[in-house]
Amino acid sequence: MNAILQAKGLVQQYTTAKSFFGKASTVRAVDGVDLTAKQGEVLGIVGESGSGKSTLGRMLLGLETPFQGELRYLGQPMPAPHSPEWRKLRAQMQLIFQDPLAALDRRLTIAAQIAEPLEIHGLAADSELDRRVAGLIERVGLRPDQAGRYPHELSGGQRQRVVIARALASNPRFLVCDEPVSALDVSIQAQVVNLLRDLQEGEGLSMVFISHDLKVVRNICDRVAVMYLGRIVEEAPSDQIFSDPRHPYTQALVSSVPKAGTGLRGRIILQGEPPNPAARPSGCAFHPRCRIAAPACAAQVPALEYNDGRLAACLKLQPKLRPAA
Amino acid sequence: MSFVSIRNLRVAFDGVQVLHGIDLDIGHGEAVGLVGESGCGKSVTWLAALGLLPGKAKIEGSVTIEGQELIGAPRTGIEAVRGARIAMIFQDPSSSLNPVHRVGRQICESLRLHRGLRGDTARTEAIRLLDMVGIPSARTRIDLYPHEFSGGQCQRVLIAMALAGEPDLLVADEPTTALDATIQAQILDLLSNLRRQTGMAMVFISHDLGAVSTVCDRAAVMYAGRIVEENDIGRLFVVPRHPYTRGLFDAIPELDAGRARLHPIPGTVPDPRQLPQGCAFSPRCTAASRFCKEHQPDLRAQPQGGLLACFHPDQVRAETKQEVFA
Repeated sequence: MNAILQAKGLVQQYTTAKSFFGKASTVRAVDGVDLTAKQGEVLGIVGESGSGKSTLGRMLLGLETPFQGELRYLGQPMPAPHSPEWRKLRAQMQLIFQDPLAALDRRLTIAAQIAEPLEIHGLAADSELDRRVAGLIERVGLRPDQAGRYPHELSGGQRQRVVIARALASNPRFLVCDEPVSALDVSIQAQVVNLLRDLQEGEGLSMVFISHDLKVVRNICDRVAVMYLGRIVEEAPSDQIFSDPRHPYTQALVSSVPKAGTGLRGRIILQGEPPNPAARPSGCAFHPRCRIAAPACAAQVPALEYNDGRLAACLKLQPKLRPAA
Repeated sequence: MSFVSIRNLRVAFDGVQVLHGIDLDIGHGEAVGLVGESGCGKSVTWLAALGLLPGKAKIEGSVTIEGQELIGAPRTGIEAVRGARIAMIFQDPSSSLNPVHRVGRQICESLRLHRGLRGDTARTEAIRLLDMVGIPSARTRIDLYPHEFSGGQCQRVLIAMALAGEPDLLVADEPTTALDATIQAQILDLLSNLRRQTGMAMVFISHDLGAVSTVCDRAAVMYAGRIVEENDIGRLFVVPRHPYTRGLFDAIPELDAGRARLHPIPGTVPDPRQLPQGCAFSPRCTAASRFCKEHQPDLRAQPQGGLLACFHPDQVRAETKQEVFA
């Protein structure tokens, strides 16, 4: 499989507002991420709030310029934001947001909103426009008579379908979904997950799926990267990472998913809170909460390396530190 | 005798009926889950019981706590129960705390109101409560403001406030929904530990079936303002009988399952202003017959245990039956 998007050493930092006495501090939201999205693959990014998943997603789309690092789309460097080349790329890369009501214009009918990308990118002649829009509405499972409705007249799941139809209008090759089903009810969530899967398989779309819901990620993704405080701590195929997590953080995350009927037995309960990105712990950022942390973990930042055929960033997993089995 | 007993509780807003007669009993020290999608009336049930709904809500029926009627009771009567006997915590911890007061002061206020503690006694008790809910170095952090705590810690502070009145029942309305996965696990662990320590009863309102199953003994599934199924956690999760309960389980992907397609429930939750005739779930139900579309099923006790409101329940399969009842 060829890479559609390659990120190397991506860093994003934000400067916080100056406090009353102190000076402005910088927060590293994403701190050196290497990631490859392959063609026709669904790559999952999971992590807790503040781990930098959404910032990474926006950088992958070229919506934010990385502070450091390099991004290549189909082998070419990402053009500067708002340049004509960058605008052209927009048609090929789309974003699906968490809150569909905020992502839609309340004053436009859904047909008008779905038609907008086609008009902006000049993808459909005026005579063809209605037919294309009708086709998209049907593809995402909405009724033709809903074309003239306004967003507030639709339910949450239907609105998310409109957002998806609009994203698909320009025939994108690369789609970033940022928590697309988190705001939806369980029974509706499954409808939208199935829709995304069908579209992805049907078109061979490349997709980055950002979510904190491990069960949905397990269902939709081919490969999963786990983020903690701006870094990837483990990356593996979805079939492996949930059945046999290696990094202690991934283990805790997988164990924290409540399983019906098993109670709280055998669950790894992490101590402490997710750390503040503005006050990152030394060494491995996870060590203050880690069950197996050694003194060395506080001193050295572990690199994301291959361990037993998968990428993990943990000193304890490196062969020289592992006790002989 | 049950501790809290809700009988035929009905609530209407501006003439729109949102609760259609809820019957629910909570025993002493029991943990009961209320499950359902948004808008099915899980929270309204308890807001109505505690007199927390706005004045325009029309409330009928009966809610009794050890025989004392709460619906239509004078304000002082309800205030003696609310916070002291039944405490409630909500989904968004940071908006439930007052941002301009130190957390210690907010906990002490609750201690003064419900237990008459003042000054140093109240402060010592507040520190003990913060310690109990797992706030590290409670002695120094009692003087911090809510924004100086993280989301998970704010939820702990709220739980401490709820415990201040030493309630017999804690109603937790989606207490972990706004929290991260690892913090959610911590709060669930805390809630079940506290229940063991204090022996209080708990009502856990959530749309997360997994979370409900980890902390509750019994659960009721709600749909469109009615309870459609109620059973022990073990039975409900192994042999769900109402097609809606069944559908909810099928719609949730499993972490250890493969990448099989999900089985969503078709359609959407009905608008309370235009409820379908008969069983409210019938338009989305695969087992529905014409009879379901004309008649409303009652919640009836089942020979196998549990309560169910359905004309065509899922048959208990022979093999699972043996597993459960063996």
